[in-house]
Amino acid sequence: MTEHSDFDNVSGKTTTGHEWDGIKELNTPLPRWWVITFYLTIVWAVGYWVVYPAWPMLWSHTSGILNYSSRAEVAVDLANLEKIRGDKMVVLGAAPLAEIEKDPALLALARARGKTVFGDNCAPCHGSGGSGTKGYPNLNDDEWLWGGSLDQILQTIQFGVRSGHAKAHESAMLAFGKEGVLKKDQIVTVANYVRSLSGLSISAGYDGSAGVKIFTDNCTSCHGDAGKGNQELGAPDLTDKIWLYGSDEATLVETITNGRAGVMPAWVGRLDPSTIKALTVYVHSLGGGK
Amino acid sequence: MNKPVKPIDLQLEDDGPLYVAQKKVFPQSVSGTYRRIKWGLMAFCLGVYYLLPFVRWNRGLGAPDQAVLVDLPNSRFYFFFIELWPQEVYYFTGLLIVAAITLFLMNSVGGRIWCGYLCPQTVWTDLFYAVERLVEGDRRERMRKDAARGTMKLQRFSELLLKHSIWLMIAWWTGGAWVLYFNDAPTLVKQLVTFQAPMLAYIWIAILTATTYVLAGFMREQVCVYMCPWPRIQAALTDEWALNVTYKYDRGEKRTSLKKANELRTRGEPVGDCIDCYQCVAVCPTGIDIRDGAQLDCIQCGLCIDACDVVMAKIGRETRLIGYDNDINIHRRQAGKPPVYRVVRPRTVVYSAMIAGIGAVMLYALLTRTLLDVNVLHDRNPVAVKLSDGSIRNAYTVRLLNKRGFDRVIAIDIDGPVNAIVHVVGADSVTPDRPMIILARDTTTELRLLVTAPAANNPEKSTPVNFRVTDIGLGEVASATDNFVTP
Repeated sequence: MTEHSDFDNVSGKTTTGHEWDGIKELNTPLPRWWVITFYLTIVWAVGYWVVYPAWPMLWSHTSGILNYSSRAEVAVDLANLEKIRGDKMVVLGAAPLAEIEKDPALLALARARGKTVFGDNCAPCHGSGGSGTKGYPNLNDDEWLWGGSLDQILQTIQFGVRSGHAKAHESAMLAFGKEGVLKKDQIVTVANYVRSLSGLSISAGYDGSAGVKIFTDNCTSCHGDAGKGNQELGAPDLTDKIWLYGSDEATLVETITNGRAGVMPAWVGRLDPSTIKALTVYVHSLGGGK
Repeated sequence: MNKPVKPIDLQLEDDGPLYVAQKKVFPQSVSGTYRRIKWGLMAFCLGVYYLLPFVRWNRGLGAPDQAVLVDLPNSRFYFFFIELWPQEVYYFTGLLIVAAITLFLMNSVGGRIWCGYLCPQTVWTDLFYAVERLVEGDRRERMRKDAARGTMKLQRFSELLLKHSIWLMIAWWTGGAWVLYFNDAPTLVKQLVTFQAPMLAYIWIAILTATTYVLAGFMREQVCVYMCPWPRIQAALTDEWALNVTYKYDRGEKRTSLKKANELRTRGEPVGDCIDCYQCVAVCPTGIDIRDGAQLDCIQCGLCIDACDVVMAKIGRETRLIGYDNDINIHRRQAGKPPVYRVVRPRTVVYSAMIAGIGAVMLYALLTRTLLDVNVLHDRNPVAVKLSDGSIRNAYTVRLLNKRGFDRVIAIDIDGPVNAIVHVVGADSVTPDRPMIILARDTTTELRLLVTAPAANNPEKSTPVNFRVTDIGLGEVASATDNFVTP
């Protein structure tokens, strides 16, 4: 306890006694309410230790008398969200597929829900916007292996392709080379014929009549006489500009030699029916829907 | 205030006293020009604040009919004929900039006009002081009662009870008026009275009741002196020409009592007009002495001018010993020159020009803003899709804004790749090449729009595409540009 006897004559105030190169610090105290408020904030802070989780322990932490947990709060929020969403999804689940697209509100809901679900479940193979990649179809275009109507898309999403589900699309392309049905030179010939169907260039020495014959003997049962494909069997149209695995000769030879049998899981049972419906509408609305 | 303090009076602590006690201020009632101005402005400001939510404005069926309304659930702001959407919040930014520069302008013309007359802290504190005077009496009485506070009598107790009750009622009304801006006022008043209003309304009323009661009833000048940043800022913005409430010491000094002054005058000795009556100190709401010169604690409310004028008139001397003036003129008068007042000077001209400029830009933006708008967002993945016949398609998310209070039919035209076809997902177009959509009133509509360029006209590289939205009825047009990308 030292008395502040050091007096500054100019300002008429005492100084704190602190001095730097002859400059002295005036004693200018804070207002009382300010100091009290400051101490109150400290007391208030102690309250947090008691009420909220605060102190780290060795393996855990003090949980506070409110037992507050941000994680639990999120769980409650998510449950509430599901509840709100639930009512709307019931409406969506009850509406016929074709009606959903005509009702702007339902369409918006289905697209929003569909987009999220697509991102969580479908994007790993089909890409975030359904843009596809080699072996995984682009869902934005108008070429559909198993059909692009609402009902056909619903069917494919529900049961998948070669998924093991009883109702899945099953038929697969035969491995003509591996199984010994066609020889190497025959495969090259028919590959060139297939290229000619969509007006792509043909390599030198290609025998047109042989190509037609091989195609007629082996391929038309699935791809059709004109190579237009068959959605019942998942056989693609060979006359258009869209190629799932590639249209160059080497890729076609590989396709014909080893066959193709892409797989898509069945989603029925993993996603609830109204969510699958939303997903169907979303995929259909990407632009390629029939 | 700068009287030397004897060391013996100081608290004996390690590092000096930790705090200064709040000095008690008992402003005396006063009448005069500036008091009248303050009453008038107080009535105006409080009148606007308390009554504005009840003003009605017809916006048609289905829209709120409150003139000023912040509709948070629907994110709309209504101000008479203006309706703002959240993305137009820059009008508020502009308004705040104009407000700030207006504050600067006021400051360079007449000092702390804001602090002295318009600041909510001043207005409510002034009102609370008026209540205090009404209940407890004027300065002397209040000082006497305060000095005798150790012996609380029943009368004193009831007086205090009455004062705090009135304060709380005003504070409660202040909080109540605040929430009315966020909801339909008459409906909310009914709900509040019948205790059916949302919890949030009660919470906000409670918060604002508490802040008003504490800030205007107890904190008072402490807010201005310790909490508010404006006194610090304005000190940096002022200049030597700005008019401030000033004690004209050229006239006032040397302070001499009336009797002694007359004595000295007869002897021909120099005497000032100030008779050291302390009336200016008595009326001051921050409890300072204006004769110490311009100071941070002075909110420049002009009440000391009124107080001094009353005294000067009484003793037959010229009024305005304290008045709006500046040091330049004090020095000029001391040098025997006439005073000069320069309101028009570079600083004020620049501020005025800025206010006019920003105001004009805002007004122009407001008057020419579109009530129909379109935003286009290109699909990111895939950016382009090749179709089976070789044509190329791009997909866009189109957001249409209908800011009018009625539904309208719009047509979408595009100007992009040759012979391109436009299709809206989910809309069966009556007119195949020109989709028509109904936009609901006062809302945003989001569409998925597909643009397909036929194989024969496939663009070789990305080309700009313009989306033009036309209101079929009104002919209003909005457009947005994006790109048509090739794979």
